[in-house]
Amino acid sequence: MAELTIRESIARGLREAIEGDDAVLLMGEDIGAYRGAYAVTRGFLDDYGPERIKDTPISESAIVGAAIGAALAGLRPIVEIMTINFLLLGIDQVVNHAAKLRYMSNGQMRVPLLIRTVTGGGAQLGATHSQSLEGWFASVPGLKVVAPSDPYDALGLFRTAVTDDNPVIFAEHALLYGVRGEVPDAHYAIPFGQAKIKRLGDDVSLIGTSRMVHVAMDAADLLARRGVEAEVIDLRTLRPLDTESAVESAKKTGRVVVIEEAWRTGGFGAEVASRIQEEAFDHLDGPVGRVGGADVPSPYAGKLEASVIPSPEKVADAVSDLFGM
Amino acid sequence: MVTEQAKRDAAHLYGQMLLIRRFEEQCERLYMDGKIRGFLHLYIGEEAVAVGALSVVRDDDYVITHYRDHGHALARGMSPKAVMAELFGKVTGASGGKGGSMHLFDVKKRFMGGHAIVGGHLPIAVGLALAVKYRGGDEVVVCFFGDGAVNQGEFHESLNLASLWNLPVLFFLENNLYGMGTHVDRAHAGGRDIFQSADSYKIPAAQVDGMDVMAVSEATAEAVKRVRSDGGPVFLEAMTYRFRGHSVADPTAYRDSAEVEVWRDRDPISLFGKFALEQGLIEEHTLDRLDTVVEEVVAEAVRFAEESADPPPEALYAHVYS
Repeated sequence: MAELTIRESIARGLREAIEGDDAVLLMGEDIGAYRGAYAVTRGFLDDYGPERIKDTPISESAIVGAAIGAALAGLRPIVEIMTINFLLLGIDQVVNHAAKLRYMSNGQMRVPLLIRTVTGGGAQLGATHSQSLEGWFASVPGLKVVAPSDPYDALGLFRTAVTDDNPVIFAEHALLYGVRGEVPDAHYAIPFGQAKIKRLGDDVSLIGTSRMVHVAMDAADLLARRGVEAEVIDLRTLRPLDTESAVESAKKTGRVVVIEEAWRTGGFGAEVASRIQEEAFDHLDGPVGRVGGADVPSPYAGKLEASVIPSPEKVADAVSDLFGM
Repeated sequence: MVTEQAKRDAAHLYGQMLLIRRFEEQCERLYMDGKIRGFLHLYIGEEAVAVGALSVVRDDDYVITHYRDHGHALARGMSPKAVMAELFGKVTGASGGKGGSMHLFDVKKRFMGGHAIVGGHLPIAVGLALAVKYRGGDEVVVCFFGDGAVNQGEFHESLNLASLWNLPVLFFLENNLYGMGTHVDRAHAGGRDIFQSADSYKIPAAQVDGMDVMAVSEATAEAVKRVRSDGGPVFLEAMTYRFRGHSVADPTAYRDSAEVEVWRDRDPISLFGKFALEQGLIEEHTLDRLDTVVEEVVAEAVRFAEESADPPPEALYAHVYS
């Protein structure tokens, strides 16, 4: 057992992948000589050389497309797109190509492509650098979308992502890289589509992914002071989505708040809320609540930005407002 | 002195072009009959490009193309039956009826599609070449695209990356002068000789008469040889013309018939037929025989497609994931 940060656990997963399979190569902007914009690939270029660790020009579409081509020819490329905002320049490759080639070729093609990217706001980077777009990708059949919240899950899910034969978007939250946690030395992997109960409670279910799991945990502390016991569910993967665990928790507590960092309108939280009300309606004491990002482009100013992103206080307030607790 | 090999080659080139022509003429009729639906983009007029180019590549080379892909598919040796059944949306189609006209694939033949987002397959071609180089192979990736693609960002990103990493791609531009209904003069600031834009990326480039199958074949052979020996990309531009509209639904209001007639006079099939007869590469009775053979192959493909079953309901959710 070792205490690792999320950054370290992903780097460990990457090293295992590179060392375990010659077909794995890494491609991305400034992953080599610069050592990674978020320092995940620090030391990789020295350890594995420029054939395996490929610095690319700033050409997101070509990076993703080239990785698709390499995957079609039998390699297992791992791409780093510096932030999910920049993945929009490669979205044609992700949505029109990676997600569809297997289906359109009637199973002749396989696209074992892992795209690591950085999601989330909260660092005062302004509107173009603060988005949480993983929910968009989660609506596309053919893709899988992962958004871990702690080092244990990050490594376990990463190992599954690396061996998956489909395109996977692995969304790492910019503010979570330094989060520490226990990671076993022995090998383990976490299958996609299995939520984790982070905290047990009988009064209300708080459901989220990535950094919103931490917000939910802090909200649960606030609620506990009021005598309300919250259950916190980390969905861990958006697609496949573990609807069953969310519904089970909803049936137990009868009260649900779904939390997401992305905009509420058309957000992934709406999908989760909808599935819960479809399957647990008779068990619910009230409507499924949603706490999401404000429907604005993320502002630069610190206090304004903080008011955009869901906070533990907002979540606790939502529980009070909705359920009178 | 005309060798037997030269005669066989000539018959092959002529037969392939004729197959594509007759196959697509039949497709056009079937579209009018409602047997083929969706979009149908015909390659009629451009046959010399795919046939000439693909006559000189190896079986283990990769071929990837745009959505006007029937010609490349057939020239690559895909089964006319599987292609026709795909156009019919039948379970026996190349993609089990789930791809359609614009998305033909035959991975065993290293025919990697059939891609319908203009310019979108160029980065994929670069990636195929990256894999070749990574493994130390000597295969070439032949990537066809149209003049419409050259104004997309993905075109420039792909040329840059292929040149930067010295990857074995033959960028093969089929300049038929129109991106859908927009003439290249109204779409590309760099002029009609688009191959010159490859200079910006230090990629060797040439232009060839795309109506002359022998010229295309020779230029491609040279380009492929260069890619294989140097490892890096080469750019080839074939000047060609589509005799039909952008798709079967296109009334071609944007170009006048005089222009079409000028190009029709240079029909690649009759041009080559005449040339081959004059040179003693082919004889009248061979042309007649090829006519009959091609007609039978097309009729057989249609029969096969007609008689094949629709995809079963359970096919809907198959192959979304591996």
